[in-house]
Amino acid sequence: MKPRARTMVLWCPDWSVAAATVEAGLPADQPAAVLANNVVTVCNQAARADGVRRGMRRRDAQARCPELALLDHCAERDARCFEPVLVVVEQLCAQVAPLRPGLLAVASPAGYYGDDRAAAGVLVEHLATIGVLEVHCGCADDLFTAEQAARRAAAGDCLVVPPGGSPVFVSELPVEALDEPALVGLLRRLGIRTLGALAKLPARDVKARFGDYGARIHQLARGEDPSLLTARTPPPELTCQVRFEPPLESIEAVGFSVRRTAERFVAQLAARQQVCTRVHLEAEIDGRVVSGRTWTHVRWFSADDLVDRLRWQLAATAGLTTDPQREHGGVDAVRFVPEVVEAAGADGLWGGGAEEEVERGVARVQALLGYDQVVVPALQGGRSPGDRQAWIPWGERPSGLRPRGLPWPGSIPPPAPVLVLEQPWPAEVLDGSGTMAWVSDRGALSGEPARFRPRPDTAWQPVLAWAGPWPVEERWWENGSRKLTRFQVVGADGRAWLMLCDRGRWWTEAGYD
Amino acid sequence: MTATALKGDLESLRARVRQLEETAVRQPLPTLPALTGLVELRPGAAYEVDSASLVLALLAGASRQGLWSSVVGLGDLGWEAATALGVDLGRTVVVPDPREHWLEVTAALIELAGVVALRPPGRAAARDAHRIAARLRSKGTALIVWGSWPMPEGRLSLSTPRWSGLGRGEGRLHTRSAVLTVRKGAGPERHAELLLSGDGTISRVVSDTRAPVGPVDEQVAV
Repeated sequence: MKPRARTMVLWCPDWSVAAATVEAGLPADQPAAVLANNVVTVCNQAARADGVRRGMRRRDAQARCPELALLDHCAERDARCFEPVLVVVEQLCAQVAPLRPGLLAVASPAGYYGDDRAAAGVLVEHLATIGVLEVHCGCADDLFTAEQAARRAAAGDCLVVPPGGSPVFVSELPVEALDEPALVGLLRRLGIRTLGALAKLPARDVKARFGDYGARIHQLARGEDPSLLTARTPPPELTCQVRFEPPLESIEAVGFSVRRTAERFVAQLAARQQVCTRVHLEAEIDGRVVSGRTWTHVRWFSADDLVDRLRWQLAATAGLTTDPQREHGGVDAVRFVPEVVEAAGADGLWGGGAEEEVERGVARVQALLGYDQVVVPALQGGRSPGDRQAWIPWGERPSGLRPRGLPWPGSIPPPAPVLVLEQPWPAEVLDGSGTMAWVSDRGALSGEPARFRPRPDTAWQPVLAWAGPWPVEERWWENGSRKLTRFQVVGADGRAWLMLCDRGRWWTEAGYD
Repeated sequence: MTATALKGDLESLRARVRQLEETAVRQPLPTLPALTGLVELRPGAAYEVDSASLVLALLAGASRQGLWSSVVGLGDLGWEAATALGVDLGRTVVVPDPREHWLEVTAALIELAGVVALRPPGRAAARDAHRIAARLRSKGTALIVWGSWPMPEGRLSLSTPRWSGLGRGEGRLHTRSAVLTVRKGAGPERHAELLLSGDGTISRVVSDTRAPVGPVDEQVAV
């Protein structure tokens, strides 16, 4: 029987903290901990030295180490930061299997590099070049033993368990190595302290007591981990780039020249039956990225859409003009980086029909006015009528809208105003004595409103009916917050207005027409 | 089944096919149930209105039936009220500030078909209005202008609004009743009293409350 390839495990300890500190721009030696639900899940060596431990509550951890940097748990960030590590290892050896962020296994490339220790040395050296300094390696016949060896290796070193040595190595480990808290507690109470003691138990008895789960644990304890590496397929390179030699100076020329690249970008995704819904466009001038922006599309990007977006972006950010006389550096390179790629839906089969016509019509207006001048209204939660609606540029997906389901105390009861002024009009409201009505700090109105005008260029009219003041208690804890009150006012012409009073100043916020 | 009954079915089917084959220009655009028989949006025509409520009500009728609505130069509409009336925000395109390009923008959005609402910054020249009208006719789009427009097909106005629910210092705005006046060319004015209730819906209370002298044919759509 052909011997199974030996397994090498690379372990970067406290990966969550390492990834979070790098992203937060903190120094590596700063005590830091990652928390989930106010409980420390991972902390780094500096924090451990101050007594911070896993499972500790936030305030206990802060009490032990006041300068502790508290970072939020983010599984996506951990995985994202681990990606460069995987890429480096994939360049050096085949069959890389990420186990979880911070831990990966490879089929040991000892045959190529000489022996296991030399291979590990090469990997550690290359990882150091991308800033991953603390790597522990372990090499053994099976995955479990290799992982345990890596956890016991010194930083930057490789602990090699000789071929066939797994049972001996594993038998000396405490049962805590299994990382199954419930089982470990039970084994301890049964008097089983090491994996060796567990391995000595008859396999049939362990299976009878713990079922298949126990049988698997027993296999691990015997140093015979049956799991095979499931190497990942390296992700395809989807970024497309085009370089211009000599640099192009006008937007028209760039738009014309990137068309082939944009088509290739869309086609390579289409070949995988995928479409891009969010893309990052970058343009370089004199070797520097001067214009970078992320665009989203309601459906997906076609080559035309990409070229359009690039033109708008260059016109807005890079200071390029269609005027060839202007002095500026030319565009050297343009890059299309897909950010969100989704499986292509089936709705392309019969063609968009009316939808495509709409897209074309809107694209014409966008070309005339700029992409953000064509918007789609959206509703969101909020208290004032203006807060309850939002503009979303055509082609982008709504994001960051406040939920409408919440109660929003203090919002104006229906009917909703048909006119919501983007810029409130300065208004004037006089009380019976002919002076400007005002609301005191305690919310009392100086006098009953008698006459008003919703904007300065309209005529004064008597107040027919009114209600208020309705205090607006928003962000009262912030500095510079104002005490505002709202009124509904109906004029003699029968039109109703929603007015805002800031002590003695009045604004018309919305109209009921 | 008798031969006459078959013939009757055949006739009705033929009528239906004729109806489908007719260009969109002939079919009136859908309006809110409360406005049927009173207001009819003819594709390819421009209408003048004088209030935001009417703009939204006319958009809502078409939008409810799945037509696209575009809004030019009206950045101040209340979209919550629009949704309550039945405007589908997913099929709405808004250009809040078209600046000096409002004619080009309107012309481009007419291509989307459905209904286009416009608030022109000034009075449109007759020549521009003719160009827009030609586009409207070719696309079967209706134009609603809040303001003035040369030679509109009809003029709609909302007058004598009365609010209920608000007192002097107490209560809140609840329901409004108003009289809708429809003028079409030199024809007689038509009136109807509308009730715009708190949940944003519109219902018709009395038709032709103060009908002008002379009989008004109910069948004449305006």
